[in-house]
Amino acid sequence: MTQSRLHVPHPPARPGEKPDFSYLEIPPAGREARPDTLASALQIEQLGTGMVRVLDEHGQAVGPWNPHLEPEELQVALRHMLLTRRFDERMQRMQRQGRISFYMKSTGEEAVAVAQAMALQPGDMLFPSYRTQGLFIARGKSLVDLMCQCLSNTRDMCRGRQMPIMYHWAEGNIFSISGNLATQFPQAVGWAMAAAIKGEDRIASSWIGEGASAEADFHHALTFAAVYQAPVILNVVNNQWAISSFQGFAGGERRTFAQRGPGYGIPGVRVDGNDFLAVHAVTRWAAERARARGGPTLIEHVTYRAAAHSTSDDPSRYRPKEEWQSWPLGDPITRLKEHLIGLGEWSEERHAALEKELEAHVTACWKEAVTYGTLSEGPTLDPVSMFEDVFHDMPAHLKRQREELRRLLAEQHAAAAAQVPAAEG
Amino acid sequence: MAQMNMVQAINSALDVMLGRDPRVVVFGEDVGYFGGVFRCTDGLQRKYGEHRVLDTPIAEGGIVAAAIGMGVNGLRPVAEIQFADYIYPAFDQIVSELARLRYRTAGDFSAPVTIRTPCGGGIRGGQTHSQSPEGVFTHVCGLKVVMPSNPYDAKGLLISAVEDEDPVVFFEPKRIYNGPFDGDPHKPAVPWSTHPKGEVPEGHYAIPIGKAEIVRAGQDVTLLTYGTMVHVAEAAVQLTGVDAEIIDVRTMVPLDVDTLCTSVCRTGRCVIVHEATRFSGFGAELSATVQEECFWHLEAPIQRVTGWDTPYPHAFEWDYFPGPARIAAALRGVMEAR
Repeated sequence: MTQSRLHVPHPPARPGEKPDFSYLEIPPAGREARPDTLASALQIEQLGTGMVRVLDEHGQAVGPWNPHLEPEELQVALRHMLLTRRFDERMQRMQRQGRISFYMKSTGEEAVAVAQAMALQPGDMLFPSYRTQGLFIARGKSLVDLMCQCLSNTRDMCRGRQMPIMYHWAEGNIFSISGNLATQFPQAVGWAMAAAIKGEDRIASSWIGEGASAEADFHHALTFAAVYQAPVILNVVNNQWAISSFQGFAGGERRTFAQRGPGYGIPGVRVDGNDFLAVHAVTRWAAERARARGGPTLIEHVTYRAAAHSTSDDPSRYRPKEEWQSWPLGDPITRLKEHLIGLGEWSEERHAALEKELEAHVTACWKEAVTYGTLSEGPTLDPVSMFEDVFHDMPAHLKRQREELRRLLAEQHAAAAAQVPAAEG
Repeated sequence: MAQMNMVQAINSALDVMLGRDPRVVVFGEDVGYFGGVFRCTDGLQRKYGEHRVLDTPIAEGGIVAAAIGMGVNGLRPVAEIQFADYIYPAFDQIVSELARLRYRTAGDFSAPVTIRTPCGGGIRGGQTHSQSPEGVFTHVCGLKVVMPSNPYDAKGLLISAVEDEDPVVFFEPKRIYNGPFDGDPHKPAVPWSTHPKGEVPEGHYAIPIGKAEIVRAGQDVTLLTYGTMVHVAEAAVQLTGVDAEIIDVRTMVPLDVDTLCTSVCRTGRCVIVHEATRFSGFGAELSATVQEECFWHLEAPIQRVTGWDTPYPHAFEWDYFPGPARIAAALRGVMEAR
């Protein structure tokens, strides 16, 4: 008699064990063919099992996916990625000092957001997830604005209504980040459907983690995108870890995430997510396809979450401390830097100077941001503003509640004022 | 003026809005080529094309998510959820996303989505085709919630919903799609052509969201209700001879507190009637509001007549449904109380 047995996935290594990425098959750079942008999803199914890689182990750009970008563009990319990392580090420190309540770093994943923002058109609409701050930085959102959001201060774009990192930027065509994972994926498809209904040449792009691909929204997004051939790029950022759950808990043990695409009739492309050139090239391919009425593309970015999930997380409890050092796809910033040095377009000296410049920039931005207030020090937002924007026009019941709060605040204020002389006396 | 049933009035509202505003798109399961399982979108795809009136996959969460994305991209989506009982897969997109998008972005993004969905019982639909989940949505900040009780209101309110800048969940009591229903399933069906509210203008008109309507003036007790139960309440009032003022709430959010409470303060008595289950139902909000605003005028405890707190039972529909006899008992009860 055979008995069934529940399979509970285990990551290859836990704390104290040797990191093991042998499950990851990494083909040499330059191996994958670059198909026509209008090739059928089934014809190019191998792109979902292989891995598009451009930068080889010597930092050379090789193979048919080489996007042949100008060195100046690569230098800009390096700057955006470094700035993202410096920004993350500063905000993490500020959280540890109690200046902001929460933060999430994107360390190790900077190439995904920066390369994609640079490969898309400014009019394309981005539906970000919570670890794609590089999109905002590459599109030129000021760090002061991002910091003010994290501080919930008087210049907070969300007017104190959202946790740190839940940015948005309407003028920059970047949608609002939601704490409910994956919801933006099918919304991006709806946005793209509207672009197609209106006959625009703009496309949408959205990001989720591999963990969130288990949500029904992932299935809705791919189904709707395939059914209506929506001009959208759907990105799964496979950083191996969803808090403490390794990618096997999202179904990654048996198939790649990119391989889900062809199941819906959508091309699935797996890309080295730490290779700026490869991410840029794949994104441009998918964007060309979408604009040419070729429909959606699913891209899996293979990368590694080098930092904790958030400031509330301690990854040493569930994965080896040195796992990031063993990650076979390296550090995206180091790889782009070495490529540029190899081209003779960069140097250690210039890199050090840039690091210094960006560090000073981040410091200056933080100094400015806190002048608009912090959670604990003024100036502060007016609490009665919390009743605005629930509806376009404030209904009577909210006006009544606003008056009630206003009265309470006035009473508190009066009571506090009355106590001051007593204390002094 | 034309005679329309509620299906035709809803169809006419969509027709008017598709014709007036190129941003309006209508979609949902079976709404396109076929024209909807209740025929509310009949003929609209032929008239406006398949880019304006679309069939969708069977994925309510995807339908609402797509509507949000379309709304953000400048369209005015009208999404149909085939039965209110099927709306729950879309709950996260409605509650966490649609309702709060304007708020969380401080007004920088919003999606003027209308969600139409047939609700309520009385059609032998059992527990998956009979629910009245309006109270689940009235509890969500940022949604407007509407339920018309007749063709004239259905058209005017739906036009207002589509024109509204905020998301609206628009409940359509399907038992009265084809005619008013007084709560007696054994009587022959009555068509809307016998009812004054079956007269519906062909063109554009709007009934403001947030306004209740006094459908029967009275002196002795105020009966607050909406949807199918407006007609059942009228039958109950006839049965008892109590001079009740019947108010069709029409819009649950925002609630027309003034009309409701002015009436209760005058009559001193209040009966609240809805099909939905009782515990934490919308009647609880109505009751609390009346208590807060009218306490010193009340001469009897407020009574609620609602569906029982069980899932909607297929075989016992008419024991479950809050019919005229139960409403009549409540009316007599508040009149006798001292």
